[in-house]
Amino acid sequence: MEISGIIAYLVSLAIMAGIFAVFALGLNIQWGYTGLFNIGIAGFFCIGAYTSAMITTPMPTGLYAQYVHQIFGLNLPFILGILGAALVCGFIAYLIGYPTLRLREDYLAIATIGIAETFRLIFNNEHWLANGPRGLMGLPQPLYWLVDQGWVDPRYYNFIYLPIVLAIMVVIYLSIERVIRSPWGRVLRAIREDEIASAMSGKDIFRFKMQSFIFGSMIMGVGGALYAHYTKAISPDVFTPLYGTFIIWVMLMAGGSGNNKGAILGAFVVWGIWIGTKFLTDFLPYTLKARAPYIRFLIIGILLEIILIYRPQGLMGEEKRISKMID
Amino acid sequence: MAELFVYGIVLGSIIALGAIGLTLVYGILRFANFAHGDLMTAGAYIALFLVTGLFPWLGIPDTTFGPLSFGWRMALAFPIAMVGMAMVSILFDRIIYRRLRLKRSGSVMLAMSALGASFIIRMIVLILWGGDYHFYRPGILRPAILLPLEIKIRPDQILILLTVFFLVVLLYLFLQRTKMGKAMRATSDNMELARVSGIDTERVIIWTWGIGGALAAAGGILYAIDVQLHPGMGWHFLLPLFAATILGGIGNMYGALIGALVMGVAQQVSTAYLLPTYKPAVAFIVMILILLVRPQGIFGGKRT
Repeated sequence: MEISGIIAYLVSLAIMAGIFAVFALGLNIQWGYTGLFNIGIAGFFCIGAYTSAMITTPMPTGLYAQYVHQIFGLNLPFILGILGAALVCGFIAYLIGYPTLRLREDYLAIATIGIAETFRLIFNNEHWLANGPRGLMGLPQPLYWLVDQGWVDPRYYNFIYLPIVLAIMVVIYLSIERVIRSPWGRVLRAIREDEIASAMSGKDIFRFKMQSFIFGSMIMGVGGALYAHYTKAISPDVFTPLYGTFIIWVMLMAGGSGNNKGAILGAFVVWGIWIGTKFLTDFLPYTLKARAPYIRFLIIGILLEIILIYRPQGLMGEEKRISKMID
Repeated sequence: MAELFVYGIVLGSIIALGAIGLTLVYGILRFANFAHGDLMTAGAYIALFLVTGLFPWLGIPDTTFGPLSFGWRMALAFPIAMVGMAMVSILFDRIIYRRLRLKRSGSVMLAMSALGASFIIRMIVLILWGGDYHFYRPGILRPAILLPLEIKIRPDQILILLTVFFLVVLLYLFLQRTKMGKAMRATSDNMELARVSGIDTERVIIWTWGIGGALAAAGGILYAIDVQLHPGMGWHFLLPLFAATILGGIGNMYGALIGALVMGVAQQVSTAYLLPTYKPAVAFIVMILILLVRPQGIFGGKRT
C-alpha cells in the first residue's frame, strides 16, 4: 500500500474512533459521574442518526418517492441535524428516565435495553417512518460544496470530516470538563458515591439524575448524527446491542470511567484493537472467514471481563477533581 | 383469540423456566444476570449437538414417540443438556462472578460482566453453529389436535406444558423439603443472617447457578422444539424474562411463574394487532407500565 493510502486509512480510523469517543464521553457523564447504568446506547445512537438524517435530507420526490419512504425530510444544514438529534435524544431520555430513575439502578439498565430494542424494531418494521430495513441513503455531508466546486478531490473528503468530528469531540470534552467541576458536577459525583447522604444534604436526587441522563443522551445523539453523516447511509441493522452499546462500554471501562481523557483514550485504543483483530482474522483458514466477526466480538467480550476483573479503574482511573475555586 | 391465549400459555411456561432461574439468581446474588437469555440459547444448542451430532454417531435410533416430533434422541439430550448448562453456569460463576464477589465489586459491575458473558456465549454459539436457523428435526409439522373453541394445539405443545409443570413441581419440592432448598430460601431472604447461622453461602450460590442454568437449558430446548433455534433467541427472551421477574417481584419464584404466564399471553395476544416481530417490544411496554404503577411487582419482592 502506498503511503497516501495508509494515511487515508488512518484518517478513516480516526474519524470512527472520534465518533465513538463522543459516545464514550456521553456515557461517562451518565455512568462515570452519576452512576447511571445505561446499556441502551444503541437506542440513542439509532435515534440520533435517523433524526439528523431526516432533518438534513429533502423529502423524496418523483420516481424516487416510490422507493424511499420517510416521515419527513427538511433539507436543512448539517448543524441543525446535529442539534435536532441532540434534542430528540434528550426528549427520549426524559421519557425513559421518568419511570426508571427513581428505582434501583438495574431497572434503568433493563429499560434502556428495552428502548434500544424497541426503536430498532420500529425502524425495521415501519416502512413509512424511515424506509424500513433498507434504511436511508445519500445523506449530505458538511462542507461538501468544497468537493462540488472541484477544490477537493472526493477521495480526500475524509480530511475535511476528521477535523469536524475532532472539533465537536473537543467542544463536548471541554464543556463536560467545565460542568463537572461546577457545583452541579459535584452533586452528580456525590449521588454516585452515596445517594442517601446526598438526599440528606437536600439535593433532589431524581432531578440531578434526570439532568445527567438527558445531558449524556443528547451527546450520544450527536454521536449518532456524526456517524450517519460519515457513512452517508444508515439502516436499522447497524444499531445492534453489540456494535451500538457493548463496544462503547468496553471503551469507557478500558479508558477509565469518571475520566474524560480516559473515555477518549479508551475509544481510540479499543477501536484500534477492534480494527487490529480484523487483520488477525485475515490469517484464519478460509472455512472460518465467514465467522471472523464473531471471533472479533468474542475477543472484545473477553477483553471486558479481563478489565472488570483485573483493572476495573481502566487505563487512567478516575481523575481527582477539586473545585476551581480552590486551586 | 382463545387459540392465541393457549399459545400464550405455552410461551409463558417456557418464559417461566428462564424467569424462575433469573429470579433465583437475582434474589440470592443480587445482580441482574443479563446473560440468562443466552444461557437458554446455549442449552438449546447443546441439545442440537447431541440430537444431530453425537447421538446419530452413537447409533441411537431416530424414531419418534407417537404423535410427537421427537424420540429417544431428544429424551436423552434434554436431561444431559440441563446438566451441561448447570455446569457451564457454575463455571462462569467460578471464572468471572466469584472473582468480582471476592473483590466486593458492586452489583452494577456484576451486571456489566454478565452482559459481557452474554456476548461471549452468543459469539461462541455463532462461531460453532453460524447465524442460520436450525431445527432439531427437519420435516413438516405434526398435525394439530383440534380442541373446543377452535383451538389447534400440537402434541409437542401439550408435552411442553407438562414438562414445565413437572419441573416447577420438582423445584417447589426441592425448595420446600430439602435442606439445601431451605438454605437457598434463607440466603435469598438475608445473606448475612444465613451466613452467621452457619449456612455455606458459597455452596448455596453454586446450587443457585446450577438450578438456574439447568432450567434455562430446559426453557431454551422447549422453545426450540416449539419454534426453532437461532443464536439471537436468548436475547429476544431477555426483555420478557426481566418483565416477568419484575412483575412477580424480584426473588419471588411463584411471582415469576405468574409473571411469565402474563408475559407469554400478552406477547401472543399482541400478534393479533401487531407484527409478531414486536413481541419483545410488547414485553418492554408492559414492563414499563408495571414500573410506573407498581415497581415492587404484584406480589412484592426484595427492596434492596
